[in-house]
Amino acid sequence: MVTFTLNGQERTFDGDPDTPLLWVIRDFEKLTGTKYGCGVAQCGACTVHLDGMPRRSCVTTIATIEGSEVVTIEGVSGTEADAVKTAWTGLDVPQCGYCQSGQIMSAVALLQMVPKPTDADIDGAMAGNICRCATYHRIRAAIHNAASAMEG
Amino acid sequence: MNWKLAITGLAAVCLFVGVGTVLSPASVAQDAKADAKTLKPAASFQSIADERERSLALFQEAGKVIQHPRCVNCHPATDRPLQGANMHPHQPPVFRGDGGMGLPGMQCTTCHSAENTPVIGQADTIKSIPGNPAWHLAPVEMAWVGKSLGQICQQIKDPARNGGKTMDEIVEHMAHDELVGWGWNPGAGRQPVPGTQAEFGELINAWVKSGAACPAS
Repeated sequence: MVTFTLNGQERTFDGDPDTPLLWVIRDFEKLTGTKYGCGVAQCGACTVHLDGMPRRSCVTTIATIEGSEVVTIEGVSGTEADAVKTAWTGLDVPQCGYCQSGQIMSAVALLQMVPKPTDADIDGAMAGNICRCATYHRIRAAIHNAASAMEG
Repeated sequence: MNWKLAITGLAAVCLFVGVGTVLSPASVAQDAKADAKTLKPAASFQSIADERERSLALFQEAGKVIQHPRCVNCHPATDRPLQGANMHPHQPPVFRGDGGMGLPGMQCTTCHSAENTPVIGQADTIKSIPGNPAWHLAPVEMAWVGKSLGQICQQIKDPARNGGKTMDEIVEHMAHDELVGWGWNPGAGRQPVPGTQAEFGELINAWVKSGAACPAS
C-alpha cells in the first residue's frame, strides 16, 4: 500500500508497486489532464510536480512516491500557475494541445525556481518537452510574459 | 485500458523520436567478447616481475572498466552527457548545471530515480531508465571523453583533477562509491562494466601499491 498526496488530497494505491505514477493518475484517479506520450521520459507529456519539482510520471513507479506530494495540471495553483495560465491563453499557445499540460507543468516549475528566466533558462528547462506542432516560439514568449506579469 | 487509448499519433511520433535517438542496434549488440565481461584478478598480475610493468598491466586491465561507456558517458568533456553503448549525446538534451545535477527545471531527477526503473509496454530495445541516489555528472575537470587511457590515468592521479583525492581515497572511491558501483548494476537492457566492483577495486589498489604507473598513451 502506497500513500501519497494528490493535488492536496491523501490517496492510497495498493496495486503492483511497479505501476507507473502516470497510470495511477490517469486510470485509477481518473485525472486525464496528464498525458501519455512516449512512456520513456523522452517527450515530457506526462510531467507532474513531485514534491515541488518537475517529474516525468511515466518513469516514476508508484512504490517510489510513498509520502510524496504529487500535483497535476488539474491541481497546480499559485502565483506562477496563474501567470502561466493568463500568458498561455493570451498568446493562444496550444495548437493541438496534447503536450501542453506537460509544457505548462514544466513552465510553472521553471518560474518557481527562476522567476525571471532568460531564453537560455527557458530552453534548458523546456528541452525535454516536445511539441509536435512546434509551438515552441509561443511557449517561450508566454513564459517571458508570465515572468513579466509576476514581476508586476 | 485507458493508457493504450491515450497513445495518439503524437505519442507515436514521440515514441519514434525517443527510441530512435536513444537506442540503436549497437546498444544491443555489445556483448562481443567474454573477455570484455570479466576482469583478471589483481593477484594474477604478480607473475609480472617488473613493478612498473605490473603497474601498467593492472591499470590497462582496470581500463576495461574506466573506458567503458557506462563510465565515460557521465564524464563528458562538454556540458552534455553521452548515452548508450554507442555514446551518443543524451536525449532529451540535458546539461550539466550546478553540481552536475542538471539545469533548473530539467535536472537529472526529473527523469532518473534512486534506482533503475523498468519501463512497460516498450520495444525490446529499451527495458529500463537508469537510476541511482547519487545520479549526476562528474565535474568537467574529470572529463574522460576523448582522452586516452594514459591521459585519464594522469588525470586520476592529479588532485587538481580528481576532486582533491589522495591515492588511498581514489582506491576507496573506485572500490566502494555507490555511483561507481552502478556500472555493475546498470539495469535491464544495459551491458554492465566488466567483472565486479570488488575486483576493480583490487586492481586499482594493486596499481597504486605498485607505483601507479600510467600508460604512455
